[in-house]
Amino acid sequence: MQRNPQLNEKGELQHLLSIEGLPREILMQILRTAESFVGVTEREVKKVPLLRGKSVFNLFFEPSTRTRTTFEIAAKRLSADVINLNIAVSSQTKGESLLDTVANLSAMQADIFVVRHASSGAPFLIASHVKPHEHVVNAGDGRHAHPTQGLLDLYTIRHYKQDFSRLTVAIIGDVLHSRVARSLIHGLTTLGTPEVRVIAPQTLLPAGVEALGVKVFHDMREGLRDCDAIVMLRLQSERMKGALLPSAQEYFKNYGLTSEKLALAKSDAIVMHPGPMNRGVEIDSSVADGPHSVILPQVTFGIAVRMAVMSMVAG
Amino acid sequence: MKLPDAEKLCESLAAELRPKLTSKTAMIGLYTGGAWLAERLHGLLGLKEPLGLMDIAFYRDDYHAQGLHHDPKRTRIPFDVNGRELLLVDDVLYTGRTVRAAMNELFDYGRPASIALVVLADRGGRQLPIAAQYCGAKLDVPAGMRLSLKREADGRLALVLEAHRAA
Repeated sequence: MQRNPQLNEKGELQHLLSIEGLPREILMQILRTAESFVGVTEREVKKVPLLRGKSVFNLFFEPSTRTRTTFEIAAKRLSADVINLNIAVSSQTKGESLLDTVANLSAMQADIFVVRHASSGAPFLIASHVKPHEHVVNAGDGRHAHPTQGLLDLYTIRHYKQDFSRLTVAIIGDVLHSRVARSLIHGLTTLGTPEVRVIAPQTLLPAGVEALGVKVFHDMREGLRDCDAIVMLRLQSERMKGALLPSAQEYFKNYGLTSEKLALAKSDAIVMHPGPMNRGVEIDSSVADGPHSVILPQVTFGIAVRMAVMSMVAG
Repeated sequence: MKLPDAEKLCESLAAELRPKLTSKTAMIGLYTGGAWLAERLHGLLGLKEPLGLMDIAFYRDDYHAQGLHHDPKRTRIPFDVNGRELLLVDDVLYTGRTVRAAMNELFDYGRPASIALVVLADRGGRQLPIAAQYCGAKLDVPAGMRLSLKREADGRLALVLEAHRAA
């Protein structure tokens, strides 16, 4: 049997490429470790010396503000040196290949590569070429995976709801183009969530999505009933042009989360969003800023989750 | 090797500490054995400040060789350490590396007035210049053996000596 490329021979995490294929125990270990790091982020000195002397290279081949920044904060709180490379405007435009770029950075003595790339699988390709002491963390590849976002979503749900084994979670919106949705679905099913729902128009669902172990709803009101956690996905405006949807107004009417629709979920339901939000497109301001929203805590937890991942892969 | 009774050592440590307590005294236990001992001493001494509990996993000096300790617990220090006279409690003092890590972590919380180390047993084998100010018993434990504190189901504490598992 081929070894999982994310785990070393002792079964420990050495790269984080995708939640898919990670055993339950590793996911729980990440979540528990992150919980300890949340304690660090609440102190006056928000730094621990674990990655002192290590270099973290943020390789963003695709633009991102939040993810790049939270990785940078996480690495700095682990005492690593952080080098941000905005490759979109650098070597690639001069024609350098992905692996040549990585080989050059490796020669600059990198320890961790945090990779965001428009092509699915790019972090896997890098992970299969790096030296044994170098580690790769996927910060989003194409439509494939965004494992740290999935993990911080799992962390948030666990923080507010504790036990996955009695939850109903709904993921709403553009599942087709969402790497966040895929990562989260894999995580939720691995951790034993009995009911994971996706709510979206047919045009925004990948073919055969049921095979991932989710229940499909096209009617949002029906799908929201008795949910414990609601994950809204960003409607990527560029998708509007592709004739997948009639208009933003129409989408909001059918799939936008309003207070009135939220009332169909459990009274203590939490509302999440990976950001950036389109207010008035997938979520109403009254919900985004309302008492059920945990959208900003998600961002804070994301730092602790990324600290956990980096300290586990590099150790 | 005959091991001393951990329960009696707790009593004698508490008796030794009692006259030294001041209004600035606060206690911190190190997971896991030290936390059990600290919970016991904290109760026996009736300290007013809530007990602090620390996991030094993020400050270990063997991270680069051993990786991150599995499942580090969350450190919780429910008082301001600035200006405190801290009693740092661990079950067994051995190489001194845990205590060094704990002091490093403590200073990321603030600047205590003093730190005194309280241990149930000192087994020798120090690798750093660290000593306990309050020590229940001094034992000479050979390097291949592991001395640790166990907590029984009924809450009783006991010292246990076992062969060290190969890493």
